[in-house]
Amino acid sequence: MGSFLGPVAAVLLKDVLLELRTKDTVVSVLVFALLAIVIFNFAIEPTPVMVAVVAPGILWVAFTFGGVLGLTRSFALEKDGGNLHGLMLAPVSRDTIFFGKMLGNFVFMTVVEVIAFPAFAVLFNFSLAMPGLIPVALLATLGITTVGTVFSAMAANTRSREVMLPVLFLPAVLPVIVAAVEASGIVIGGEGGSDLRRWLPLLVVFDAVFLVVCPVAFTLVIEE
Amino acid sequence: MTNKASDGLAIEIKGLAKAFGRTPVLRGLDLDVRWGEVLTVLGPNGSGKTTLIKVLATLTRPDAGVVRVAGADLLRAGRSVRRVIGVVTHDALLYDHLSVYENLKFSGRMFSLDRLEDRIVAAADTMGVTGRLHHRVHTLSHGMKKRFSIARSLLHDPRILLMDEPESGLDQEALEMLEELVLDSTVRRTVLMTTHNLDRALALGQRMAIISRGKIAYEESLDSVSAESLKETYSRYTEGD
Repeated sequence: MGSFLGPVAAVLLKDVLLELRTKDTVVSVLVFALLAIVIFNFAIEPTPVMVAVVAPGILWVAFTFGGVLGLTRSFALEKDGGNLHGLMLAPVSRDTIFFGKMLGNFVFMTVVEVIAFPAFAVLFNFSLAMPGLIPVALLATLGITTVGTVFSAMAANTRSREVMLPVLFLPAVLPVIVAAVEASGIVIGGEGGSDLRRWLPLLVVFDAVFLVVCPVAFTLVIEE
Repeated sequence: MTNKASDGLAIEIKGLAKAFGRTPVLRGLDLDVRWGEVLTVLGPNGSGKTTLIKVLATLTRPDAGVVRVAGADLLRAGRSVRRVIGVVTHDALLYDHLSVYENLKFSGRMFSLDRLEDRIVAAADTMGVTGRLHHRVHTLSHGMKKRFSIARSLLHDPRILLMDEPESGLDQEALEMLEELVLDSTVRRTVLMTTHNLDRALALGQRMAIISRGKIAYEESLDSVSAESLKETYSRYTEGD
């Protein structure tokens, strides 16, 4: 286990250190997410009924499309400097690299969500205290970053990676986004109970499936 | 993973084929490298030298053929192979916004190495770059990055070195260090090195192989070969490539 967790942690810490130095990913994703939230705030009539209906969608559009920006950067960083080969030369299984990169993407996206949500809550007049959103956000973010990491690696090999990534990634992650929007809507609307128990297990199942399939797909994607 | 001198072969390649899309690059290449041997692989651009290194380094899968490194089948035991090889490629394999020390530490953690600090200092000393360990990579010249790239490949004491034109970008001092590294008889590493430079091949190699159109066209011991004779042989086997 040590020969798996150690290198996974090394990849994660390397990405965190690089991000602290360059601030490329978090800043660009955060700016996009905040811009989207602000623009939508101007675009809709902020009545309680309207807001309760559209706010979950706005939130996850902001996070998902912002996440695409971050995911594009994730493997571009490795590909452009030839560093992907450096990772592949380590005596670890390819899925070790996958989990290290995926966890890095998860951390960055979570940081963005933690910063952006208060702005969202203030602009759309919601209470900041919505603990029910935490499991929804964590599960959805896990699904988005798991799938996104594979497609980021795939798109990094193409010339038009900024176009290819969203084209490939968004259809695959649609079930997660739909479940996240529905579950977030239930929490924001103050409902709960059985409705939320329908969507949360769906997120868990999707995450479990992706966590098995994506590492295997990643191994095939990164080897020439 | 075999480790016996009696087994003889550090690298064993039979019928290696690799194409990228519709373009065949390696077309049934056969090559053996004995333990402790320094083999230089010569060939023109596009002959397959870099692809050969990439296959041996498990960076790309062969389409056909059998490849064994240190007795292990490349396709079945890739992780074991990567543990015993050190690779120097055209790219430095260093992250620009980390210091060299941070890069080497990261590499050491990926290899789960013990005594990492000692290894980093020793590897940097070998290439004469200890004084720049804490510099950010993007501040270094191409030649300095190449030195660190070579240092990086030595961190885990590999038994086999795969080097793709390692002399490119190196100044005279670094070339001498590279020569010392390759010819160090106390360590007796196996080295497979590709190069365009016939003089370098003669200086460093014990045996040479000429790769032409994806196959080994010629192999010879370099013990009693002159520079002129090597040049003539090279021209003869790569004419028209």
